[in-house]
Amino acid sequence: MSTELEWITEVDDHRIKTPVLQVEDVAISYETRKGDVPAVRDVSFDILRGEAHSIVGESGCGKSTVAFGIVNFLGRNGRIVNGRILFQGQDLVGRPQEELRRIRGDRIAMVYQDPMQALNPSMRLGDQMSEVLIVHRGMEKKAAEEKCLEMLNRVYMPDAANVMRRYPHQISGGQQQRVVIAMALLNDPALLIMDEPTTALDVTVEAVVLDLIAELQRVFDTAIMYISHNLGVVARVSTKVGVMYAGEIVERATVKDVYLRPYHPYTQGLMRCVPRLGMDKRSSFLYPIPGRVPSPANLPPGCVFEPRCDYSREECRLKRPALRAIEPRHWVRCHFAEEVAQMGWEPPEEVLADLATPAEFDRTAEPILKVSRAKTYYEAPSKKLLSREKLYVKAVDDVSIEVIKGETLGIVGESGCGKSTLVKTVIGMEKPTAGEFEFMGVDISTPVSKRDLSIIRELQMVFQNPDSTLNPSFTVGMQIGRALRRFKTVPKDHVRAEVMRLLNMMKLGELYYDRLPRQLSGGEKQRVGIARAIAARPELVLCDEPVSALDVSVQAAVLNLLMEIQAELGTTMIFIAHDLSVVRFFCDHIAVMYLGQIAEIGLAEAIYSPPYHPYTEALLSAVPIPDPSVEQKSIRLSGNVPSALNPPSGCRFHTRCPRKLGDVCETAAPPCQHMTDEHRIHCHIPLEELREMEMVVSIAG
Amino acid sequence: MMTEMGALTQPSRWQKIWDSLSILWQSKVAVAGLILVLFWTLTAIFAPVVTQHEPNVEDAQARNEGPSAGHWLGTDHKGRDLWSRVAYGGRIVLVKWPVTESFWIPGGVAIWGVLIALAVGCTLGLLSGYYGGWVGEVVMRILDAMMAFPTILLYLIIIAAMGASATNVVIAITIAGSPGIARLVRGLALDIRTRDYIAAAETRGEPGLWMMFLEVLPNARGPIIIDAMLRVGYAIFSIGTLGFLGLGLPPPNPDWGSMVQAGHHHIFTNPWGVVWPTVAISSLVVGLSLLADGLREESLRYQ
Repeated sequence: MSTELEWITEVDDHRIKTPVLQVEDVAISYETRKGDVPAVRDVSFDILRGEAHSIVGESGCGKSTVAFGIVNFLGRNGRIVNGRILFQGQDLVGRPQEELRRIRGDRIAMVYQDPMQALNPSMRLGDQMSEVLIVHRGMEKKAAEEKCLEMLNRVYMPDAANVMRRYPHQISGGQQQRVVIAMALLNDPALLIMDEPTTALDVTVEAVVLDLIAELQRVFDTAIMYISHNLGVVARVSTKVGVMYAGEIVERATVKDVYLRPYHPYTQGLMRCVPRLGMDKRSSFLYPIPGRVPSPANLPPGCVFEPRCDYSREECRLKRPALRAIEPRHWVRCHFAEEVAQMGWEPPEEVLADLATPAEFDRTAEPILKVSRAKTYYEAPSKKLLSREKLYVKAVDDVSIEVIKGETLGIVGESGCGKSTLVKTVIGMEKPTAGEFEFMGVDISTPVSKRDLSIIRELQMVFQNPDSTLNPSFTVGMQIGRALRRFKTVPKDHVRAEVMRLLNMMKLGELYYDRLPRQLSGGEKQRVGIARAIAARPELVLCDEPVSALDVSVQAAVLNLLMEIQAELGTTMIFIAHDLSVVRFFCDHIAVMYLGQIAEIGLAEAIYSPPYHPYTEALLSAVPIPDPSVEQKSIRLSGNVPSALNPPSGCRFHTRCPRKLGDVCETAAPPCQHMTDEHRIHCHIPLEELREMEMVVSIAG
Repeated sequence: MMTEMGALTQPSRWQKIWDSLSILWQSKVAVAGLILVLFWTLTAIFAPVVTQHEPNVEDAQARNEGPSAGHWLGTDHKGRDLWSRVAYGGRIVLVKWPVTESFWIPGGVAIWGVLIALAVGCTLGLLSGYYGGWVGEVVMRILDAMMAFPTILLYLIIIAAMGASATNVVIAITIAGSPGIARLVRGLALDIRTRDYIAAAETRGEPGLWMMFLEVLPNARGPIIIDAMLRVGYAIFSIGTLGFLGLGLPPPNPDWGSMVQAGHHHIFTNPWGVVWPTVAISSLVVGLSLLADGLREESLRYQ
C-alpha cells in the first residue's frame, strides 16, 4: 500500500461518519394477477460514509428488490408501499421521476452481476466511459477522456490507454467488471450499490475484484451497499452485514458479530450448512435447514422463519417479532434470541437420522476407471478464408486419472480448464482424440451411441443447471421411470413401485410422482435429476457441478443425499465443482486442472496442505471463506486462463505463475514429481522447495 | 426430514385442463379471437340448422336483393341465399375435406393442409436441427430455395399443374407451408438440444427417434402451435385467393373465394355478394391471428 493510501485511511478513522443512506421501515410490493405480493417488508438499515454494508441472503429473499427500490428501478408493477429512503438526508420516496433520475446518475451508482450487459457492445470503452462525464458533468470530450484514463489507472487496469480504444468483447470478464466499477466511480458517487458483482467471475478473478472493492472503499470514502448470496465474499468485503430472509432483515451487526456470534436461528442455521475450507465429510457434518423459504404471497402469520425454526414456540406462530437491538449495534428479529443463544444447538432427531456416515473405500483396490494420456480436441473454424490449416481447441490435453471403486474424485479448476470436457469424454458425449479409456475392464473410447447398453447403464451423470436438467414436458415419475424401463432395471410392472422407492430415498415423497418440473424448486429438481441418474444403479456417477446453482441450505441437503447414496449403494463418483470448500468436504481424491492438463492430483488433505502446486496455492488463497477469524495468504493471479486454442509453451501456467523460475518454465513441459504414490505435482520447482511452502489458510489462535 | 415437501394435493384431470385453458381467458385479445373462430366453426358445422335455404337453390324471383327477413344477408345474382352460401362455404375450409368426390373426412382443407405441413415440416426441421451435419444443411438449402418462391405463385403453379380439387389444395398448402415450419422447428431444436435433459437422454443411449420426437419436439410445442394457428389463417386467405382466380374448389359448392369472384361482376348493382364472403374470410383470419397473438403474449408472460 502506498503512503498516500495509509494517510487517507488514518484521517478516515477520525472523521465523524455521517449516514449516506438511511432506509426506514421500507416495504415494497409487486402487483401481480393474484394481487399484491409483498416482496420486502420492514427493512431498515443505514450506511455510513466510507462503509461497506452487505445484504446477504438466499435467492428470492428480496435483496435485489431493496436495491432496486433505492434507485427506483422497480419496473412497472413494483412500488414502495411504506417507509422512507433518506439519501444524504433527502427522502427519495415519492419524488418525481426526473429528479430521481438526476440523483441516480449523479450521486448513486450501481454495478450489476453481468458486466457484459452493463457495457454497450458496439461502443468503444473510452467513448462510453466519457459519455457519463459529458452528459452528467457537461465536460469537454478531451477533459472527459483524460479523467476516464485516470480512473482506469486508479482501478489498476493494465494498459489503460489501450483499453480505452477497445470494445467490451476484446477484454476479459474481470477487466470488464473493472471498467464497470471505474465507470460507476467516475461521478464520484456518494453511494455505490453492487449487486452480486463477482458472482459471474472465476474465484481467482473474484479475489482480485474483491481486493479492488475493498481498496476503493478506503480511498474514495464511498458508502457501498454490497449484495451477495455468498457468505465468504461478504466476510471479505464488508464491515457490517444484514441477513435477509423472506423479505425481512432478520439480523444485522458487524461481520464479526454475525459470523462468530449469530443470534438468529436462521443465521445460525446458515453458518452450519456451509462447509468451511478444511472441513471434510469424515470429521464433520453439514446440517441443512429443513423446509423451504415461504413464498412472499403466502407468508406465515407470525415469525417468517417459524416453520423451519428448531426453537419455535406458540408465540412465534402468533406474533411477528420486531427487529430489536439485543446488544449495542447488533439487531435481531427473534422473540427469544437471548434464550436461543444460551441454549446451544443440538441437531434435531430427524436431521440426525439423515446424516450418513461417509462410505469407506479400499485404497488398494484396482481402479474402476483408468484414463491415460487422454486428449480431446475440438476443431476450431479457421479465421482465414482459404487456409487449409486446421486449428484445435485443446480442451483436454494429456490427462491421466484413475478412480478406485467406491471413492469420490473431485476435479477443480477455473472455468475453461477442461473439467467438463474430460467428464463428457468419459461418458461418451465427446469423442476423444487420443488416449486410453478403460472402465470396468472395457474400452470406452467410443461415443455413447456405439457403446453397449450394459456399459451405458453403469455410467450416469448429474447435471449442473437444475432448470434444464429435467424435460419440462414430462412428469417426474415418467422421467425416472424411463431410465428404469430403458435399462430394464426392474420388471415392467414394478417400475412404478421402484420410482416411488427412489422418490422416498430422495426424501421427496410419493406425491411428487405426478408433478411437472416447473412445479418444483431448484433443490427438488436436482434431487429428481439424481434419482434419474441412480435409477439404473450405475457403478460410476459423474456429477458436473451438481450443487453450484443451489442455495447454501439446499446445497447441504443435496450433498448429504449424495453421501447417503454412496454409503448405501457403494457408487463411485467423479465430482466437478468450482467451490474448493465443497470439494474438500466431499471428495477423497482431488485433481486440480489447469488449461486441459492436471497440475496436481492426490488425496484431498494432501492437496490442501503444502507442498502445493503454485496454481493450487493461488486457488486456495482466492477462496472466500465465511469466517472472519481465518488468516489467508493473499496470492493473486493476473489475467485470465489463456486460450486453449494456442496454449502457452512449456508449463501452461507460466504466464500467470507467481513462482515462475525462469526460461525453463517457458520451454520445457514440467516433470511429474511424486510426493507419495498418490500425490503428484507437475511443476519445475524441486520438491524440497515446494515442501517449504507455508499453509495458505490458517485459523488464527 | 420434511425438506422442501409442499403439501399440495393433486388436482383432477379436469382441473388441469381448465387451468391450461385459463391462460386463454387472461387475454382479452385471445378471447376476441376465440369468439370469432368459434362463431365460424360452429356456423359451418351446424350450417343445415342455422340456415333457411339450400345454398345452391336459385330463386329467380329474388335476384340481387339486399338483406331482408326472408334472406338475412340478401341474395346473389342468381337468387341464391347469401347467408346460406357463406355458412356452407365455411365447411370446406374448416369442417370437411372431400378427399375424393364421394369420400370426405372431418376437418377442413385449411386445417388438414396445415396439419400435414406440420408433420412434414417438423420431421425435416428436427432432422436438420437435432442431427445437423451435411444432411441437415442440404435439406435446409432445398427448403430455402422453395421459400424463395412467393407463396401465392407456388400455389398457382401447383394447382395449375395438378388441377383444381380439394385434395390438390391440401397438397399445395402442405408444400408451401412445410419449409417455413421446418425452419422454425430447426431453430427451436438447435436451442433445445443444448439443454441438460437432452444430454441426460443421450447418456441413456436413447435412439434418435425418441430423441427427436419425445425429448425435443414436446418442448418446442408452444411456438409451433401459435405458428400453426397463423398458418391456418394464411391458408384460408390463400384458398380465397385461389377461388377468386378461378383455381379454387370446384363449383357449384359454395366457396368464399369463388363467391367474391362471381359477385364482383355485379358489384355496382349488388355489393352484398362481395361484402359477405369478404367479411367471412377476413373475420376468420383476423380471429385466428388474434387468438395466436393473445396466446403468444400470455405464454411469454409466464416464462
